[in-house]
Amino acid sequence: MAQVSFDAVTKRFGHTTAVDELTLDVADGELLVLLGSSGCGKTTALRLVAGLEEVTAGTVSIGERVVNEVDPKDRDVAMVFQSYALYPHLTVGKNIEFPLRQRGVSKDERMARVAKAADTLGLSELLGRKPAQLSGGQRQRVALARAIVREPTVFLMDEPLSNLDAALRVQTRADIVELQSRLRTTTLYVTHDQVEAMTMGHRIAVMSDGKLQQVATPEHLYALPANAFVAHFLGSPGMNLVEGLLVDSGAPGTLCFAFPGASVPLPTEVADAVRGSGPDVVLGLRPEALQLSPEGSISATVVIVELLGAETHVICHTETGARLIVRQVASAAKPALGEAVRIAVDPDPRSYHLFDSSTGDRLGSAA
Amino acid sequence: MRDGAPGADHRGTLRGRRRHEWAVAYMLLVPALLLFAVFSFYPFFRNFKLMLYETPPVPGVPAHYVGLHQIIPTITSTQFTQSLVTTLVFVVLVVPISLLAGLALAVAAHRKLKGMAVYRMIFSSTVVSSVAVASVVFGTLLNPVVGLLPWLGINPSPPALESSTWALPSVAVITIWQFLGLSFIIMTAGLQSVPDELLEAARIDGAGSWTRFWRMTVPLLSPTIFFGVVVSTIYAFQAFGAVDILIGPTNTVRLHTNVLIYNIVNTLQISNNAGAAAIMATVLFLILLGLTILQMRFLERRVSYAR
Amino acid sequence: MPADEATETASAPTPVAQPEAGAPVRSTRRTRKPRRRLRAIGSYTILSAGAVVVLFPIYVTIVNSLLAPDQLVEQPPPLVPTTPQWHNYTQAWTTGQMSKYVLTSVIMTALIVAGQLVTSILAAYAFAFLNFPFKRTLFVVCLATLMIPLEVTFITNLDTITSLHWFNTYAGLAIPFLATGFGIFLLRQAFLQIPRDLQEAAQLDCYGHLRFMTRVAVPLARPSLAALGVFSFLAAWNQYLWPLVSTGGTSPLYTVQIGLKQLLGTQVTQIPVSLAGAVIAFVPLVILLLVFQKQLVRSLTAGAVK
Repeated sequence: MAQVSFDAVTKRFGHTTAVDELTLDVADGELLVLLGSSGCGKTTALRLVAGLEEVTAGTVSIGERVVNEVDPKDRDVAMVFQSYALYPHLTVGKNIEFPLRQRGVSKDERMARVAKAADTLGLSELLGRKPAQLSGGQRQRVALARAIVREPTVFLMDEPLSNLDAALRVQTRADIVELQSRLRTTTLYVTHDQVEAMTMGHRIAVMSDGKLQQVATPEHLYALPANAFVAHFLGSPGMNLVEGLLVDSGAPGTLCFAFPGASVPLPTEVADAVRGSGPDVVLGLRPEALQLSPEGSISATVVIVELLGAETHVICHTETGARLIVRQVASAAKPALGEAVRIAVDPDPRSYHLFDSSTGDRLGSAA
Repeated sequence: MRDGAPGADHRGTLRGRRRHEWAVAYMLLVPALLLFAVFSFYPFFRNFKLMLYETPPVPGVPAHYVGLHQIIPTITSTQFTQSLVTTLVFVVLVVPISLLAGLALAVAAHRKLKGMAVYRMIFSSTVVSSVAVASVVFGTLLNPVVGLLPWLGINPSPPALESSTWALPSVAVITIWQFLGLSFIIMTAGLQSVPDELLEAARIDGAGSWTRFWRMTVPLLSPTIFFGVVVSTIYAFQAFGAVDILIGPTNTVRLHTNVLIYNIVNTLQISNNAGAAAIMATVLFLILLGLTILQMRFLERRVSYAR
Repeated sequence: MPADEATETASAPTPVAQPEAGAPVRSTRRTRKPRRRLRAIGSYTILSAGAVVVLFPIYVTIVNSLLAPDQLVEQPPPLVPTTPQWHNYTQAWTTGQMSKYVLTSVIMTALIVAGQLVTSILAAYAFAFLNFPFKRTLFVVCLATLMIPLEVTFITNLDTITSLHWFNTYAGLAIPFLATGFGIFLLRQAFLQIPRDLQEAAQLDCYGHLRFMTRVAVPLARPSLAALGVFSFLAAWNQYLWPLVSTGGTSPLYTVQIGLKQLLGTQVTQIPVSLAGAVIAFVPLVILLLVFQKQLVRSLTAGAVK
């Protein structure tokens, strides 16, 4: 069993709390992504699993074993650093071989495993070179080869793609996913890039300020974000979030979301779920759930029109100054700058996300 | 190449502006270049002229031209070869010990423990000591009457600074102590240039502290170590002050501590033979130049390392 | 791309952490590695041993400088002065002439440091900001002087000094060292760090070279100037060979270093006084180190670390 567990793990550096009561389980064979912006604690959490930092409180377990007191070299984890951390004075072959030498593996066995790892990552031609002579993508593959050659219990990856250029990144992303699903090694993957997270992770754990915000599959996170932070973080462009009031609309049993210039009727399922919550709420609407239409329930002015080729983003300001981004297909009529428009919301109840205006938590049914 | 100078030049033409810039540049360089010409290059080249004149050991007789004939006898004279050997022995004593000590202390002080700043201050402190201070300090320690050795029960006879076997090592100890500060500073700077992530990666890969040190830190430190070797060797070759202060003209073991520069100075001041002194100084220069070229060659090759 | 928190609509309220499954609150447990403690103790032992080796000679010197001659010959010698003989210091200062020597050192060092700073600033400015024929050659020439050690030039320099009637004068002590290739190298590097934009903005503002140098370049290069200043001070104060050979005669202009040589005698009565002299020579530099440690390290490692 190669499960990784955080149990109320806290890490403090002096007065700063980097990781705050993190409780999270990574299932055996899963690729779990730790997602968040810089300083949210994701890299620290990773280093706690590696043993490069010491836990202040709580326990970290690998398999059945609590590893708080265990030295990194005895934890059977392999790590790919953001900067690859290749040993500059050793050749590629020796770099890959290094972890095996420390474990007293026989020379023949070592050579065989190095050859196999190099072959898996297409490095067989480069074994005699030094890291300084390699391109960024090649160095990255050497780092990966060094990690897989040991066949460890856990892979730890710290933003391994962020130093690559865009095209290479897309390619390598797919390679890593393919590699992981073949090897079935439990993997903890840290990134700030939500596209990477969405495309690579079996599940994503979103972190902010050292705290876990939500952990779920990419689809679930996208469709049912647990709080406003997660709602806005995922999605490009992020979800629109508007402050307003829940008011009774004319018909009995129905609710409206209102702010100056807008009165958005809420579908019955949504209204039923949030009935009883305080009048101040935040409504979240994804850009693809909005449409410019003369019958729309929100009045706004067009401020910017961004042409992206396959689609268009129309950025509007409401009467209150709130910003709404509307996603249109390229063929739809483009509005003029400064034009007064009305925005309609998709009637599908799943398009509506309501959050508590003070805590940011999702209102209504459990996420 | 920095183009364009800040400066409103109302001289109009581009050519005029450029000429103006040249004039300013040369004016700015004159002070330094003049000083270099008079006090570095002129003496350097004049040495070659001085080498051709011999001053006989008879007082009052001026130097006369002997062409290249003075060079061979001077270089092969026992006094010179022996001072060369003495200096080499001195270098061999000083360089490895001071570098190893500096490295050991730098490694020990490289931890993230409390109070490291204080230790680092202490270990670098000898870098500000002068040769005279170090000599006085150690001269007293080695003094047969009041020094440290009698207290430790060691009563060498003759006393350390007058013993033919121990005089040179004693001077070496002084130089080692004095150089320790610089050695520590250089090694610490080198250690800081080894990226933490590399050592972390090695740790995860299963390397224990000993392995990490010998297979990671030391190889990556080799440019720094080499730099240290060159700097300390040049420094040791230039030893003079300690000998001058502690080994007086009446000291019977002068021959055993007759390092190169001491020899040169004596030749100049006591024997009054500028020609011979110039020859020896040129030999010294060639040795130092050779060392520096070696360093540059070696470092060129190793620069491709850490990137 | 995601995560700009600056939506002008409802500012996303600070989310409260909601773990997936409610976790019971655990009491915090301080984790400690006993092995780490052991390693720390080992380190401190080595460090303290090293500190003793380095500091012991200095300590003994200070102690001995405060002893009376008869205390000095005691076996074992006292490790703490019970009756500090401060008069050793006054004696070194007056009869031992340390006051004169310190004054000489101060003046000589001040001249050299000032000279090196000025000549290096001027030359480095030219190399960094101006274009002119033979620029590269001249720079190499300046660096080449670093290859020519004092031991090679002093023979002729002595003759030069003497023929200029500068023997045993401040001029003779200081002038040969008023320029240094190292300073030019260091400051040129510092000047090259100044962004091109600043130069061009100054040009548009009609700054002359003098104004740019004094108002922009020099202030921005302050750290390197400090490093050079500290290094020059140290080198000049601690010099031995040149002050020895370039002074002499009936009222010799000895610096502190040469003065120490005079002070040292093997007679037991002289020793505490000469040690007091050594302390006087050493203390200003220790203060220098404490205040300017960073600058000093910077200048010393300028060539070592790429």
